[in-house]
Parts: sequence; C-alpha cells; structure tokens
Amino acid sequence: MSQDIFVLIEHLRGQVADISYIMLAAARTLASSSGGQVAAVLLGKDAQKLAGNLAADKVLYADSPALTEFTSEAYQLTLAKLIEEQSPRAVLFGHTTIGADVAGWLSGKLSLPLVSSCVNFTSDGKFLSQTCGGKIMAEGDLPSPTILVTMIPGGYKSEQGQAAQASAIESFTPPALDNLRVALKKYIEPEAGDVDISKSPFLIAVGRGIQNKDNLDLPNELAAAINGTVCASRPVVDQGWLPTSRLVGKSGKRVKPKIYLALGISGAPEHVEGINESDVIVAVNTDANAPIFNVAKYGTTLDLLDLVPQLTEKVKQAKGG
Amino acid sequence: MKIAVPIKFVPDLVEELNIDSSGAALDTSWLRLIINEFDDHAIEQAILLKERGGAEVTIICAEGDGVDDILFNAAAKGADQLVKLMGSDAAMMNSHATARVLADFFKEIQPDLILTGVQAHNDLDGSVGALLAEYLGMPYVGYVAGVTAASGSVIARKEYPGGIIGEMEVKLPAVLGIQAAEQPPRYVAYSKINQVSKTVKIEERAISDLDSSGGATVGRMFKPEPAQRAEIIEGSPEEVADRMVGIFKELGVM
Amino acid sequence: MSYDTIKSIIVALALLVALGIFVRYAWQRLWVYLRRGQTSPKFSDWGERIKGLIVFVGAQWRLFRFRLPGIAHFFIFWGFLLLSLTILQAIAEGLMAFANPQFVLPVIGTWGPLAFVQDFFALFVVIAIGYGLYLRLIVNPERYKGSHRNQGVKVLTFILTIMLSLLVMNGLRINLNEDLLGRYRPISTLIGGLFVGLPEATQSIIEELCYWIHLGVVMLFLTELPQGKHFHIVTSIPNVLLRNLEPRGRLPVTKTSDGAAGVSKMEDFRWRTMLDLYTCTECGRCQDVCPAYNSSGLLSPKLLVMNLRRNLQERGAALSAKQTNGVLSKSLTGEIVGEEALWNCTTCYACDQECPLFIEHINPIVEMRRYLVLEGKMDKMLQDALANLGRYGNSLGQSDRMRAKWTQGLQPAVKDARREPVEYLWFVGDYASYSPTLTDVTRKTAEVFSKAGLNFGILFDAERNSGNDVRRAGEEGLFEMLMGKNMQALGKCKYETIVTTDPHTYNTLKNEYAWDGNRPRILHYTELLDQLVASGQLKFSKKLAAKVTYHDPCYLGRYNGVYDAPRRLLRAAGCEVVEMPRHGDRAFCCGAGGGRIWMEEKPGHARPAEIRIREAAALTGVQSFVVACPKDVTMFKDAVKTTGNESRLQVQDLIEFVQEAI
Ligand SMILES: Cc1cc2nc3c(=O)[nH]c(=O)nc-3n(C[C@H](O)[C@H](O)[C@H](O)COP(=O)(O)OP(=O)(O)OC[C@H]3O[C@@H](n4cnc5c(N)ncnc54)[C@H](O)[C@@H]3O)c2cc1C
Ligand code: SF4
Ligand code: SF4
Repeated sequence: MSQDIFVLIEHLRGQVADISYIMLAAARTLASSSGGQVAAVLLGKDAQKLAGNLAADKVLYADSPALTEFTSEAYQLTLAKLIEEQSPRAVLFGHTTIGADVAGWLSGKLSLPLVSSCVNFTSDGKFLSQTCGGKIMAEGDLPSPTILVTMIPGGYKSEQGQAAQASAIESFTPPALDNLRVALKKYIEPEAGDVDISKSPFLIAVGRGIQNKDNLDLPNELAAAINGTVCASRPVVDQGWLPTSRLVGKSGKRVKPKIYLALGISGAPEHVEGINESDVIVAVNTDANAPIFNVAKYGTTLDLLDLVPQLTEKVKQAKGG
Repeated sequence: MKIAVPIKFVPDLVEELNIDSSGAALDTSWLRLIINEFDDHAIEQAILLKERGGAEVTIICAEGDGVDDILFNAAAKGADQLVKLMGSDAAMMNSHATARVLADFFKEIQPDLILTGVQAHNDLDGSVGALLAEYLGMPYVGYVAGVTAASGSVIARKEYPGGIIGEMEVKLPAVLGIQAAEQPPRYVAYSKINQVSKTVKIEERAISDLDSSGGATVGRMFKPEPAQRAEIIEGSPEEVADRMVGIFKELGVM
Repeated sequence: MSYDTIKSIIVALALLVALGIFVRYAWQRLWVYLRRGQTSPKFSDWGERIKGLIVFVGAQWRLFRFRLPGIAHFFIFWGFLLLSLTILQAIAEGLMAFANPQFVLPVIGTWGPLAFVQDFFALFVVIAIGYGLYLRLIVNPERYKGSHRNQGVKVLTFILTIMLSLLVMNGLRINLNEDLLGRYRPISTLIGGLFVGLPEATQSIIEELCYWIHLGVVMLFLTELPQGKHFHIVTSIPNVLLRNLEPRGRLPVTKTSDGAAGVSKMEDFRWRTMLDLYTCTECGRCQDVCPAYNSSGLLSPKLLVMNLRRNLQERGAALSAKQTNGVLSKSLTGEIVGEEALWNCTTCYACDQECPLFIEHINPIVEMRRYLVLEGKMDKMLQDALANLGRYGNSLGQSDRMRAKWTQGLQPAVKDARREPVEYLWFVGDYASYSPTLTDVTRKTAEVFSKAGLNFGILFDAERNSGNDVRRAGEEGLFEMLMGKNMQALGKCKYETIVTTDPHTYNTLKNEYAWDGNRPRILHYTELLDQLVASGQLKFSKKLAAKVTYHDPCYLGRYNGVYDAPRRLLRAAGCEVVEMPRHGDRAFCCGAGGGRIWMEEKPGHARPAEIRIREAAALTGVQSFVVACPKDVTMFKDAVKTTGNESRLQVQDLIEFVQEAI
C-alpha cells in the first residue's frame, strides 16, 4: 500500500495527449494532500522518449510489443498487475476513448471503487465531477485504500503537468500478453486538406441550434467578414453539414482561440472540454439555462438566426469605417 | 449471432434539474426519464447487424416509467426479445449494480455480442459496458462507431480524437460500448409500435438484491453557481451585435 | 350490291369495331382495374351531388378561373353535346342507307331550331379549337409542361376535322337541295356558297367524301377516347358526381386491416382515387398554382396524377396478364413518384381547389407519405420533429412544462382553464407558445383578449400540438395520440368556445377532432375579434394610418373560407388593405404547411415564402405584410431578409395592429 497517485499517460501514434498533462497537474494536488508521489504510468514499445516532459516524480514504464499502440485488453491486464502489486492511493485515467475503456474494467477486476467525469479535486481531497451533461456537479470523498478516477479537462491547465526535465524511469514487467482477444488492425485517417481550426484566433462554432444546412450561410458570412473560421459541435458534423476536421471537443480538436463564439451550442461536457482553454467564450443560446453559459464570459439568449446577420452587418461597418 | 442490448434510462436534460432535500441526489419528483441516447444508437447498431447478416436481438431494461414504450419501439425496429428486469427503478441503479444484475442474466442467455451505449450522462461510476465485460470475462472496446461482423469476431471502429478511427478486431463473445451507430436511430411510426405492443410480449424477470459497491459515493450535489456564469448581454439583436463588436475590438481580434 | 348497301355494311362494321374497342378499353379500365382498388366510403347526399354536376360539369364553373381557356372549353363541351346528335344522325343515315339514302331521325334530323343552334355551335367549336391549337402550339404555357402535347393536338385536329367536314357536308347538301333544314343553317349555307360554281356531280362526290371523313374521324376518336386524357369526357361525370363532399379540412384515411395507414402500391388506393386518375385532362391548372412546383419544381400535382395513371394502367395490364415482375416490381413511392416530390407538398389546397374536375392531390400524397413514415424513409429533421412531438407534445423539443412560460408576469394572470370554468378556451399552439420570436405576439394577443373583457383561459402544460401537420406529414398514429391527449385535457375543462392562434390548429380542431356530435364553437382569433368589434365589445381608440397587405393563410382561407374577418379587422383599425395579385382563395402558400416547416429546404431554389414576399414588395406604398398565422411570421420574416426587403417590408401579425389600435 502506498500514498502514491498514478496517472495513466495516454498516447496515440507517438503523441502524448493533452489530458495526460492535465491529470499530472491534478495528481500533484492529490499527492500533496495524501503525502505520496506522482507516478506517470507509461505503456508502450520503445516509448521511453515520451516520458521526456512529464511532470511526475517517477515514470513507471512497461515495454512490450503488445503495447505498441493502445488496445483495451493489453492495457487492462498490464495495469491490473501493476495496481495489484503497488496499491497506490489513486489512479487517474482520462475520461476518454483510452482511459474509460480501462478504468471500468479494472474497477470490476480489482473490486476497486470508481469515480468518473471528475474535473477537480478539492483541497480537502474530494472529487468534483460533472454530471447530467454539465448541468449538475457532484462532490464526494475518495475512499481508501485505492480509488480509480476518470478525468475530464477543465480544472487544471496542461502546462502545469509539463516539466522541463525528464524524471526517473522505473521499468516494470507486464504480464504475459498473448492470446489477446482485442487487436488493432489499422488506423483510418480523417479526410485531410481542410483548414486547421486550432490555428485560428477567432472561431465561430455552430451547434444543433443552427437547425439546418442552409443556415450555415449565416456563420460563413460572419466568418468571412471578421476573418474567422467556422467550426462545429458533433451533431452538425454527424449530419454531414461540415467535415470532421471542423469538429471541436472530445472526439474532435481541442482549441484555444482568442474568441470562441458558440452559436446554438448547449455546452455538453464533451464539447466544453475542447474549448475551455479559449481566452474568451461568447455564447448565443436561446436557453438561459444552457451549461455553455457556465464557461462563457459573455452570452445572449437571442435567437442566433436574428443575431448573426446583425453581427455580420456591424462587423462590416466597423471594418469599413 | 445472438446480440443483447442492455439499455438504461436517464434524466431528460430538457427539463430543469433540481437537487433533493438530502442535497446529494437529484429531486426525482420532477424528473422525466428518457432512454440514454447512446443506448438508442446501440439498438440501431444491433438492428443494422441483424439486417446485414441475421441475428437474434434481445433488449433488456430495468423497469420504470416509459420503459415498455421504448421496448416496443425497439421491437418495431426489429428486436426479437424484450426483457424487463423487475424490482428496481431503471434510473436509480448505478453502473456497478446494473452491470452485476445484467451479468447474472447474460450468464444464462449467453449472447455472442453485447452492445451498450458507451456512456450515459449521469454515470458517476464509469459505464456499464466495461464493468459488464469484466464480470463476464469478455473483452471490451468502447467509443465504437460502426461494427462489422466477421466469423468468430467483429470489427469495431473505435473513435480517437481528431477523427482518427482505429479498426479493432474483437473476438466473440464481447462487449462493445457504442458511441454512434452507422446511421442515426431510425424513426418508428406510432401505428407500428401500437401494433407490436399487441403482438410482442415483454418477458419480466425478477432481480434479487442489488449490489452497488464500487460506485462513487456522492456527498453533495449542486448546480454550477451563478457567479461562474456568463454576463448576459440584453437588448435587441442590433444592440447586442453592437456590444459584441465592442468586445471583439477590446480583445484586439478586429 | 348497290353503293348504298355497301355504305350501310361499312358503317355498321366500322361502328361495331369502334364500339368494340371503346367498350373493351372502358371495361378494362373502369371495371377490371378499378376493382383492384380499396372500397370507398358510401356516397350519400345525392341532391348536393347532382347540383354539383349541373354547376361544375354543366356550367363548367371552375374552368372560368382561367378566363379564355375556360370559355373555349365551355363551347367545345356544349358543342360536343349538341353535335353528338348530328353524329347520331350521320350514323343512322349510314346504317339505313340501304333502305333509304335520305333517312332522317325524328326530331334530331327534323327540328329546325336544333339545327340552327347546332350550326352556330359548330362554328364556335371551330373557333375554340383554333384557340386551343394556338395555346398548345404557339403560346405553350408553363402549365402544359409535361402534358401529352401530341395527344392534345391530335384530338383537337380530330374535332376540327369532324366540325369542318360537317359544315362542308351540310353546305353542299344545301346546295344540292338535299337538306330539309337548310334554311336553319346559315353558317353551312355560307360555306356551301364557296362550292356553288362546281358541277353538281363534283359537289355530290365532295359531299359523300365529307360524310366518310366525318364518320371515319368520329370512329377514330371513339377508339382514341378511352386511351388517354380524353377519357375525361366519360369519367368526368361520375367523378364530379362522386366528389368528396366532406369539409376540405378533413383528410381521409384508409386503414388496412392491421390498423396501419398508408399506400405502398397502386391497389392500396381506393377505387375512387383511381377514378380521379383517369379523369385528369392534363390541363395543368393545378401545376400552375402549386407553390412546390413554382419554387423547387420537384413536385407537380399534374405529373403526380399522370404518373399514377400510367402506373395504374401498366400495373393493371401486368396483373391481368399474370406477370410477376417488370412494372410490378417498381416501387410506387420512389420509382413512380419520387420521395422528394411527395415531401415537397405543403398541403396548401391550391391544386385541389383549382382542378375543374375535383381531382384530389393531397389525399394520395399523404397516403403515400404515410407509407414512407412507416418505412422510416424521411428527412432527419422531420424525424426529430416527430420524435419531439411524441415525447414533449411540441416539435421544438422543449419541455411541456415550459409551454406556458410566456404567461409569466402577465397582468391580469392568464387563467388555467383546467381549474376554473372560462368562456373562451384559447388553444395557443406550439410556435406561439415556445418560439422566442413569437411569444411577444402571443403576449399581445393575451393583452388584447383581456382588454376586450374576455373570460378566457388556456390549458397550460396539458396542451399538445394539435396534430394538423403531423397528420399531413403522414404520421397518423402520432396524430391520433396527440388528438387523444388534447381531447382528454379539453374534456376536463368547462368552456363554451375554443379560440386558436394558429389556423392549422383551427382546422384540425374544427374538422378532424372526434367531437362525436358535441363540437363546441371553434373560432380563429381573427373571427372572434371581428365579432367583438361588430358587437361593440372591442373598441378601437386609434386609427392607424398604415397601408398594408394581408396574406391569407391556407388553413384559414382556402380550407375554411375565412377571408373577410381579418380584412374587416384591419380596416376597423384604420389600415388601408391593398391586395396582392394572388389573394383570397388564390393566395400563394408560405411553404410551411403539411409538415414542411420541419423539413430541410433544398438550397438553390426560390422558396415559396420568397416568391410571396416579392409579390408583396411590388405593391407600391405597402409597408406591412400582415399575417394571421404564427408559422407565417417565422417563414416570412426569414424571406424578407433573404430577399433583401428588410427596409421595404415589415412582417407583422394582425394582432399587433389590433393591440396598437385599442
Ligand atoms: C464519447 C463522446 C464524445 C463526444 N464528442 C463530442 C465532441 O467532440 N464534440 C461535440 O461537440 N460533442 C461531442 N459529443 C456529443 C455531446 O455529448 C453533445 O451531444 C453535443 O456536443 C451537443 O451538441 P450541440 O450543443 O450542438 O447540440 P444540443 O445539445 O442539442 O444544443 C443545441 C443548443 O442550441 C440552442 N438553440 C436552439 N435553437 C437556437 C437558436 N435559434 N438560437 C440560439 N440557440 C439555439 C438550444 O437551446 C440548445 O442549447 C460527444 C459525446 C460522447 C458520448
Ligand atoms: S397542395 Fe399545394 S403544394 Fe401540394 S401539390 Fe397541391 S398545390 Fe402543390
Ligand atoms: S389534376 Fe385537374 S387541374 Fe390538374 S391537370 Fe389534371 S385535370 Fe387539370
């Protein structure tokens, strides 16, 4: 048994995901109240280089061909062995396509309690999670001895999880990873060749509130006037109204523009996690209770169809005169 | 192939949510419950698999308001068996308890493939799918948008951030967490549901004790405080547009 | 054998063959094929039906909505009736030639005044046919697009030939002193004059030739008649006689034995609908007025009928021949009639109203939509709207508990009709209750009601979408569910009159809800306010000096005949009402009806609402475009923007004028 906080480092094709750094930052808070160390858990094949800038006290590293790329089963088995052997105080996972596949399974396997969708740890060591699409917050204790937590961005900055120096790597041996039932066949790339929304300082995001494809003319005109870029929430992309390359959020891109103008977006956690590092969020949503107003600095409850043409007009005027 | 789709009900976010007097749970007197949207996708995916290659589809849900309608709706889409678990309220079980109850049932009916919604917006202790897989000793892959059947296995299209898809081969029996079916859930006409409700039976099964251990214990629930909320600009579209342009200028983006 | 005997034999044979062909086709089409259709409800109210026959067939009433073509057809129709007697005479003459080459039928061949009228009508028909040919060959208006032009021209030429040969024949007989009634035929006499110089023998030969041409073309025509659009000459009579006498706003529904509605193949239609198909003259009047045709062009009610007719004939033939594939495997909704076409109808009733022969378009369109809905083949947006309607009772997907949120802060507070008896139960409707752009208007309506001293209340969260457009989108089961919930809520309230904001709601409440003979008084708010002004209960203190134009909502005007009340109200408030070219029962639809408001618009076409706004913008001095339907506000406000008329025209609800004038 230890008071250490483990963080599962997520990486995809040689790239460490932002959420890993955010969790390292979170783990630091927890570790200071538990009095343990922060350990980054890295699984891979010849992946030590990825440990370079992890702000951890140590890196626990397992190397195996079966861990080259993420597959749920190999990760589950490896982590089960590690946690059982070391019983840390807490293990943090991203509430993501990687972390969520593993955390639930481990909770069952090791009979350890699990808390999901955590944004923040309070100074007295409690979890703070979002629930009901961000409309409600839940707070509770982290039971001993070991707790598993899946985390969503919002509470910590990823810079805090990055370090200039590499920490010491301790290798551990994964269990026998053969006869696996889950195998990665290949990756399929999204269609390329579109603009990179993460580079634009002014993003105009459209959500389901846009209602139909025709109405996309409105944000497009505004974007042209103000030299911004149009992006979207998932329903808009799922309808095929905009390409996947414009998707913002959990399954799309994380963006950090100067202004994020959210038009008809409710502010579901999966969307918000992609935008909460924007400088200023301005939300247009007819529902005064929409969670997007919790992250926005400015907002209006006007109908976007009424507002946007006016806004385009005013922008043109301001630029012209 | 035998496909099972366990579904659950969640609070409808269209309604205003309130906290009850204990301060640690939702006020259920005003809750409206609807099917978890990802479960709806799981049903659609199961039906698509059935249409493409044949399958026997079973839908399972704990009892509750409106559950029969959703089960009949699924039957009208093409589900073969409907099962209602009696003895607990659909929306009030945590994922651990749900997964344990389901595991008992699945050990009996032995499905080849279990499809669940990848998550529900009120899961505070992880999703049912991953837990269920472990209790049944099956592999689990979540965040799946599209499934193709192969012999003895399935190919699941797992989503990664940025639109990357990982094609996973998963040996059966297995559990998949569905994020989106290959097509949006289809609409079923009312008359079809009515018709089905007259001919199809819902099998009722009693569940014994619930074991919720392993779930998070919530000490307090609250709505995000107003102080954290945006400053609302009031006025006509013209006035609001003016003000916004002012803000854009201040921030130097114009 | 003498020439006259041969003549008799040939005429008899020709008649036999032509009649044989006619009867065979007619029997096949009207008996064999129609019998495959579903049963139609019993027909009653024969007095009304016969009256209709006189007005709409006899007097050709509806045809005059297109003035000149109407007059032309009137003369062709009556000329045809009158001159069919001369044809009889010609046939009789031929048949009897072997016994008496000069045979005349009693009365028909002997009564001078008849001969006189016929003589003139023959001329009128020639002129009318000339106009018809001019229309088809030279003007070729848009409404004929897609019609069988050659068939039309062929038949016009037939009739022209029949008439000319008759006139020449009669003229020559007068010259040859063979016509007992010669002095009753001034036109024929004139034409005969052209031949006077020829030797008698030549005249005789030409006369005999004309007889053969006359009779020959008549026989040809007889064989042609049941094969194309001219079958309407036969079927228009039963078609008008057996027309739908139900209120326009009551949509028929055919249910199969398992309780589902919807038509997936020709034989699922009622035989009565099939008769409609045979009756279409391809005149294109319906197409001319159709907003769908005039905007996206994806739907033409005329082509719909023509395509269905072709399928009816081809399927009929294939089924009779016991085929199993070919045309039988073609899908009705998809291959015969495009799905897109079906979804484009706004159910505006312009076509049904325009058709001179009472052919119904909306009914088969909705029947086919019902099938598409059963199959889940529809627009994603429509799916979402229907799902929302099922779950929350409104298409916007908002909580039913928030339905009366707009009443918050109103003084005096709006009464809850479920708690206390009221005189007027106000059925507010979805858009007026939820749409942020409309609740302001709704509040004004409440204010006007209060100021008029009405004892009124609403159903609060028990109100559901009335289902008018749900039904027309083809979701019959959901309509029934919504109607059931509303009836249940209404059943618990005490009230005398229902007032509605929305004409669509008005229509279904009035014409479709199952009141079982206890229907309360149902008024649109414009009717109610008009009555209050008339009785002096509502007084205007201001005279607004606005120049406005009023748009008739389809479900208020065409469907329910409310045209004057809104105009009187506007005038009472001091407005000058300028009419658009298309107003009253010719008003052009906004494009929202029949569930269209829930469907995606295909880009790249002018939308009906835009066409309408341009029409209004062309009126000089009109500043306001006044509407009396919440859906109109939504549609036209948008159209004013997209057509760039924001500075010219303002879209306003009628209630805003009333409120201002009080
Ligand atoms: C694993 C997973 C990953 C996901 N990844 C993503 C992701 O990457 N990105 C993402 O966006 N979502 C993602 N989602 C989906 C997410 O949960 C939400 O469903 C989605 O973000 C909702 O999109 P929305 O806000 O556009 O639509 P809605 O939630 O339907 O909101 C529409 C909003 O528009 C408002 N509105 C309506 N009409 C108007 C009007 N005329 N004017 C102004 N406002 C109006 C309404 O009040 C409403 O608040 C993910 C979900 C899961 C489970
Ligand atoms: S009802 Fe209106 S839209 Fe539909 S076919 Fe007739 S004219 Fe066209
Ligand atoms: S349906 Fe009626 S209006 Fe339309 S083309 Fe045929 S006859 Fe003319």
